[in-house]
Amino acid sequence: MDLLHIATAGSVDDGKSTLIGRLLFDSKSLDDDVLAAVEEASRRHHGDYVNLALVTDGLRAEREQGITIDVAYRYFSTETRKFILADTPGHVQYTRNMVTGASTAEVALVIVDARNGVVEQSRRHAVIASLLGIDHVIVCVNKMDMVGYDEGVYDAIRAEFAELMAQIGVHDLASIPMSALHGDNVVEPSANMPWYDGEPLLRLLEQVPVRQGLDDLPLRLPVQYVVRPHRAEHHDYRGYAGSIASGVLRLGQRVRVLPAGGESVITAIEAPWGSVEEASAPDAVTVRIADDLDINRGEMLCAVDDLPQTTQEIEAVVCWMDERSKLGSGDVYRIKHTTRSAKAMVTAVNARFSIASLCGEPDVSSLDLNEIGQVSLKISVPLVCDDYSRNRVSGSFILIDEATNATVAAGMIGDPRFSFDRSEH
Amino acid sequence: MTTETISPHLRPESKHLRDLESESLHIIREVVAEFDRPGLLFSGGKDSAVLLHLALKAVRPARLPFPIVHIDTGHNFPELLRFRDRTVERLSLDLVVGSVDDAIATGRILAPAGADISRNRLQTPVLLETILKGRYTAVFGGARRDEERARAKERVYSLRDEFGQWNPRNQRPEVWNLYNGCINPGQHMRVFPISNWTELDVWRYIAEEQIELPEIYYAHERRVFERDGMLMTLSPLMQPRPGETVITRAVRYRTVGDMTSTAAVASEARTPEDVISETLTTRISERGETRADDRSTDAAMEDRKREGYF
Repeated sequence: MDLLHIATAGSVDDGKSTLIGRLLFDSKSLDDDVLAAVEEASRRHHGDYVNLALVTDGLRAEREQGITIDVAYRYFSTETRKFILADTPGHVQYTRNMVTGASTAEVALVIVDARNGVVEQSRRHAVIASLLGIDHVIVCVNKMDMVGYDEGVYDAIRAEFAELMAQIGVHDLASIPMSALHGDNVVEPSANMPWYDGEPLLRLLEQVPVRQGLDDLPLRLPVQYVVRPHRAEHHDYRGYAGSIASGVLRLGQRVRVLPAGGESVITAIEAPWGSVEEASAPDAVTVRIADDLDINRGEMLCAVDDLPQTTQEIEAVVCWMDERSKLGSGDVYRIKHTTRSAKAMVTAVNARFSIASLCGEPDVSSLDLNEIGQVSLKISVPLVCDDYSRNRVSGSFILIDEATNATVAAGMIGDPRFSFDRSEH
Repeated sequence: MTTETISPHLRPESKHLRDLESESLHIIREVVAEFDRPGLLFSGGKDSAVLLHLALKAVRPARLPFPIVHIDTGHNFPELLRFRDRTVERLSLDLVVGSVDDAIATGRILAPAGADISRNRLQTPVLLETILKGRYTAVFGGARRDEERARAKERVYSLRDEFGQWNPRNQRPEVWNLYNGCINPGQHMRVFPISNWTELDVWRYIAEEQIELPEIYYAHERRVFERDGMLMTLSPLMQPRPGETVITRAVRYRTVGDMTSTAAVASEARTPEDVISETLTTRISERGETRADDRSTDAAMEDRKREGYF
């Protein structure tokens, strides 16, 4: 059994919650007492149908307002795969929470109401998914029952989405016509849409490749913690613990330590399941090396033949997530990148991206809550990094406001995966 | 006894458990590296037993560099206390106990009338007092998001203010695996390394890693009585009311908390594998079947967490 991370986004009106409820229910992941409580609450909250949104909207405020405010995590599994589903809010004002849920996802489900077609919110979800480097997007054209299961309606939406996806650099796109309410093409194939010859959603989710290509990338192992037992039986033990970000780590492999410099050879790999000869992402390992090098938290062990950049100046796409302040040129923040923390100064705000129009406005001085743009940063120490488009771990960072300790930005090093048109709208 | 004897290990086929295990180790190591005074909440229950097992793995072959903290409600199953003490002894751990009985005896908190009133809420002030006294800056807990819908909303790093309160409306964004551990003096972080594990994951892990648990997690004969559809445990604290009949049944506990609010389930499962089979077929949730305290309102857990409950 393996593990797949999924993110969904949308408002209640798209039928997102019904879809999740259907996935949970049909995969027997929704218990009877939870369902009974939801039925009871649905009656109390004025509806005469079972409101499956009450399953996922776990906060009092969400249930009262009938909207998803923060990401909720749901779990279901089939014979072959466990799924972690981040159910994220779709409203613009909660974009930061969507970014939270989608940042670790490998698949994004974009839910579209067949009656409305591709609306701004669906574009927004697709664009953010692409920026976050999610490789697989599945467009769920929902509420097909409301449009008479019309193939033409579905085809038009599919074509419009395909065009958008091509623009924003998503190459693995699937789309499914469905009715979450009636269960068409969610877990079971649909008798109402014989013209659709693809798989239902759950089968597709079972087939998506997990963490494709990470083993083919060069080794990146950020050192998280130095294990020094100070015990008689392990007197000289020094182990470097960390989670492999990419590549395959092998016994006897030569590695470069960055930014400190120096090379050595791996002499032992401890995986959580014992001593191994080989490990790969996302294994949390402890390694030992042949030479006595000065290695601390924040260093990275790298493949010698394909090194990351070591730099104090980066350009990055950032999503600003703070409601109390704006990001502006000259501002200084704490940056956390892999296992390294430092200070970062904004040296320029280069552009602000309009998600709706896919345009980039070049002459801006700041980014406001939920805005996405490109900035230049100067870092107080060298960062050992790759472009985000190549490596989601060594290419990502957060900015922290030192006055409030709030996480104010999510950042992705390098250019976005697709270019925003720099003309003014 | 050294930590190296932890074995056997996860099979390669259990890739999902290996990924979950690595994620948990990553979180634990992040805390150990960034916080000066961590502590690990240990109730003796199955989730905290798994959490402790993971923490030992995260730092091995070193010793656990922080204490385990038990909030003793005074309403414990004796089997759990024995398991706690056995574990502390076997692994040479530092144990810190915060006692609800002591807090009541010294007048720091008011005891509710009646022995059979759950001390679930009373734990909260004692937990906060214990955290303050130990000056813990990060406290590990074994909460899982699949347990309850308010928990499904909580971050892995859950910031608590000077009063231990959780503010669900203003959680820090938590992106990738970059955790923000910055806190002000007086604040602390609750950290939940097994957030993404389900009840079934926990049991499969216990089976494969052969993790020892208190015996009450497996089927045994016990005197119980039925109340509100739940099998309550007969004890000096919990006596049947008129009309409730004491019966002897084969039961196990799916969750273990305050004796007055934790119910047993009828079961024949005597091994972790048996429990997995039962878990696969049950149609009732873990807390729904066994926790009287979650039944009070729609938002019982959210309300308790806002007050500082773990």
